[in-house]
Amino acid sequence: MSTTFVEEKPTQNLEAFKGVKKVPYEEYYTSGHRTCQGCESAQIMKLMAKAAGPRTIVLGSTGCMYVANTSYYATPWGVPWMHTQLGSAGSGALGVAAALRAQMRKGSMKDEPINVIAFCGDGGGADMGLGAISATMTHPDYNLLILLYDNETYANTDIQISGTSPYGVNTSFSTPGKVKRIMHHRWKKNVAPLIAAGHPTCKYVGTISTSYPLQAMNNIRKALSIGGPTFIHCLNPCPKGWDFDPVLSFQLGELAVNTGIWPLYEIENGKLKLYGKTEQIARGKFKRLPVREYLLKQGRFAHFVEEDIEFFQSKVDEMWEKWLVPGVIPLQKEI
Amino acid sequence: MATTTLPVEEKKQVQEQEALITGAEAIAIACKLANVDVVTAYPIRPYDTVMQYMSQLVADGEMDCEFIVAEGEHSQFEIVKHASVCGARVFCGSSGVGWMYAMEALTVTPALRVPMVAMVGNRALDDPGAFGVEHNDALAVRDLGWLLTWVDSAQEALDTALIAYRVAEDRRMFVPLALSCDGAFLTHSQALVEIPSAEQVKKFLPRYDRGELLLHPDNVISVAPQANEDWVMEIRRQNYAVTERACDVIREVYADFEKTFGRKYGNPFFEEYMTQDAEVVLLGMGTMSTPVKVAVRKLREEGKKVGFVRLRWFRPFAGPEIAKCLERFKAIGVIDRDFSFGSPNLSGVVATELRSAMYTGASTRPPVLDFICGLGGREVTVPDVEAITQSVFEAAKGKAQPLTQWIGLRG
Repeated sequence: MSTTFVEEKPTQNLEAFKGVKKVPYEEYYTSGHRTCQGCESAQIMKLMAKAAGPRTIVLGSTGCMYVANTSYYATPWGVPWMHTQLGSAGSGALGVAAALRAQMRKGSMKDEPINVIAFCGDGGGADMGLGAISATMTHPDYNLLILLYDNETYANTDIQISGTSPYGVNTSFSTPGKVKRIMHHRWKKNVAPLIAAGHPTCKYVGTISTSYPLQAMNNIRKALSIGGPTFIHCLNPCPKGWDFDPVLSFQLGELAVNTGIWPLYEIENGKLKLYGKTEQIARGKFKRLPVREYLLKQGRFAHFVEEDIEFFQSKVDEMWEKWLVPGVIPLQKEI
Repeated sequence: MATTTLPVEEKKQVQEQEALITGAEAIAIACKLANVDVVTAYPIRPYDTVMQYMSQLVADGEMDCEFIVAEGEHSQFEIVKHASVCGARVFCGSSGVGWMYAMEALTVTPALRVPMVAMVGNRALDDPGAFGVEHNDALAVRDLGWLLTWVDSAQEALDTALIAYRVAEDRRMFVPLALSCDGAFLTHSQALVEIPSAEQVKKFLPRYDRGELLLHPDNVISVAPQANEDWVMEIRRQNYAVTERACDVIREVYADFEKTFGRKYGNPFFEEYMTQDAEVVLLGMGTMSTPVKVAVRKLREEGKKVGFVRLRWFRPFAGPEIAKCLERFKAIGVIDRDFSFGSPNLSGVVATELRSAMYTGASTRPPVLDFICGLGGREVTVPDVEAITQSVFEAAKGKAQPLTQWIGLRG
């Protein structure tokens, strides 16, 4: 890819943590937040801040990780942080990166690599802010990361459907009724491949899970080091919105991967690499667990009857058996 | 040998140069002179010519900034909002429904104390579509903490853009400022403009210093955390305090502008035209000043003592000063290039504000009539102004007149 006309700015070049014992003790997301017990969204905030380190600016768009997370006089952030409007993760990150670039070039700010991260929930990232994120991903000359933490609902406003809510889910906008058992008929939006396929200049797109924290941190470090705009989508089990015992948060994250519902992969300079259990599933070394094991641990699927579970399973099977790139790209091969 | 005469080259740099340019081009040049760091563009007529000029200045190497073309006005304003919090001097703008598309960003910008300078190329709101001027776009943010100013010439546009940065970035202010230019009549009309030198501007306009509010790893702060009922009222009160200071800061900056560049604007908040011995006055904003002044001169020739007051600053609304100025006239006719459906007396925005200012600030109670005129880019004509003036004179004589009249409507 030619970058002749792009003035790339160096990044911090954050190398991978080689093992969990090599991870620094310093926390940049600490006490003060008011998130629920077992909140995996808060977990990714902590991992993200730790992975990025102190020379970082974080923007947080409206959502749980703003409202429940950052209260006046009780901020948990040890790095500079700013609230961003719900649909502005993309434009906010662009604005910060542009301000740094202009001032460093003109000599009014010390020239150094500073990480710019904007996080958004699924409402901010997959729904309202998708257009702005898309535009931002086409700007090759700004170094930034958009991190989408996905708890699959508008979990801060009483649990409502978002573009990434799974099929059939019971939310306060899709409560089962006397006539209709399934009020939500849409399949989860496949955001990371959408970003990757639509924005060829974007050098890093990937999915992560908080159940694999070291890997998640190292992928964040890679995204921050590679240069240009990058995108990471993280699945975050939510005890309140998904209706499960907080003790299960970690396990549900693993189950999402092991059932094949949440594939883990990186798309680095256009090259796709599945990793972890997802890679083993693709290679036939690990047999996908039935989705039943994942679904029935969550109250949000308690209204499912056998037929619904079978439909859900058939759709996940389709992801792995029919998709051009199993689990990632939903174009179908000719059979 | 030492000499007091500067070499020709250098002399050129410190003096003003004259050029035939449009209002939009004048603002683009002001941004270049102000050494703006981040500019965001999105196309909508008529404001967008400013961005066309600006992109050319960047392409020609005359201006050093990040020039970002956004994917919509919401992003356009959000990008510069964030850039400003990181210490960059910023510029953007919009028109009509484009400005309204950015409304969320426009709402949070003053609340965040961001000194954004934006140009509004005033345009009628949809529907139906119209490119022409109406003031409802910029006026939509009048309660949110934006400073709002209207100019009526390319020279005033350039000068006010420089003043805008000084006022908005003053530490006592830190609020956004919208510089309104009537679509077509000003954005696209050429006039001779004195362009100051970069040296003069540098002297007038210090670097924007975000200070302890800078978002940077050297200054670990959390900006705009969730506050709720605990603190929101106190935070709003701080924004209110800005509006208390606004008039003094603006006066100060105009005085310094006059000292640096030698151009005088007199009272910053409004311009008076042939008011000295006037019995009645008309009042309005923007480029309607041209036909109104022509009409005033014509009416004067007919022996009718009418004057004109052009409001420059709508926010802050210099209420006491304006009331003091207007209380001496027998009747006042406001020409509103806007509407405020359902408002008291079903009048336009300016008339409604002015009546409020007069009620508390004036020692007399002259009738304040309102005339809705020139909407959707329709011209305010000399005969329109004559008809308006006649009604105002009738009111001055004590003859009841409707409080709101639509002027220039077809059958």
